[in-house]
Amino acid sequence: MTARVAVVTFPGSNDDRDALQALALLGAEPVPVWHEEERLPDVGAVVLPGGFSYGDYLRCGAIARFSPAMRAVSEFAAARRPVLGICNGFQVLCEAGLLPGVLRRNASLEFACADVDVRVEQADTPFTESCAPGDVLTIPIKHGEGAWFADGELLDTVERGGQVVLRYAAGNPNGSVNDVAAVVNERRNVMGLMPHPEHAVDPLLGPTGGLPILESLIAAAGARTPVLA
Amino acid sequence: MRATVLVRPKPGILDPQGEAVESSLRHLGFAVSGARVGRLVELDVDAPDADRARAELERMCEQLLTNPLIESYEISVKEVGG
Repeated sequence: MTARVAVVTFPGSNDDRDALQALALLGAEPVPVWHEEERLPDVGAVVLPGGFSYGDYLRCGAIARFSPAMRAVSEFAAARRPVLGICNGFQVLCEAGLLPGVLRRNASLEFACADVDVRVEQADTPFTESCAPGDVLTIPIKHGEGAWFADGELLDTVERGGQVVLRYAAGNPNGSVNDVAAVVNERRNVMGLMPHPEHAVDPLLGPTGGLPILESLIAAAGARTPVLA
Repeated sequence: MRATVLVRPKPGILDPQGEAVESSLRHLGFAVSGARVGRLVELDVDAPDADRARAELERMCEQLLTNPLIESYEISVKEVGG
């Protein structure tokens, strides 16, 4: 059966279409979800796309977390189903408390837009299952507030728990602590990352480092089983 | 009640905005150090007294106005006439 994956659009999301298109390209059935919808359709995974939800007002992701669709996403996550937040989606998941830490202004204060190399630290997640630890993926970033931060104690917990899934491998573009590019929750069914896998799936347009991440997600969505960490 | 919520980056948290502001001020010839950039939220709160307004504002700070991982806040409430 074709894997169905929801992509939630908030006011100000702008990578939702690329996410829908990339999922379709990889054989999944993408299902658009408007942020006002209180229930998710019958899907095996959820993607929160990049963009500038609610104009990035107050703090990035701080307002989107209160949208009706996010309540449904929280319940979906609580049922151990896979949720992937990309860029602004990562910020929303941190603000919602579904992921540890917070995304801060880039240390340079400049918008960072480049293809970056990230190293796979953990392959035992629904988002990296088709990778091996140590694999280096080239994926574009484009963000002004992507410096993932957690203070000493939280950072220790995240590192000890193997929750850092991707690390910048050739220079840190935003000043994140410990070169973190992606983290999962303790149950390993919710991941956020700053790079955009949905922009890196077609060799015609550049690097294809996003493929293994979205392929892993689609496989997990198709399996329709809770993630058991 | 007229309320003011001052949101600051927590002490010890790197504040690149503050650093950039400080460096620009130094370029302009001002002898400054320790610049930190926060945020000010002003709002009217419909509450019967200052204590209850303050309690509401605490909840606002916890739920939306601040991120406790990186920010601290200071609330002040003033009764407005009328």
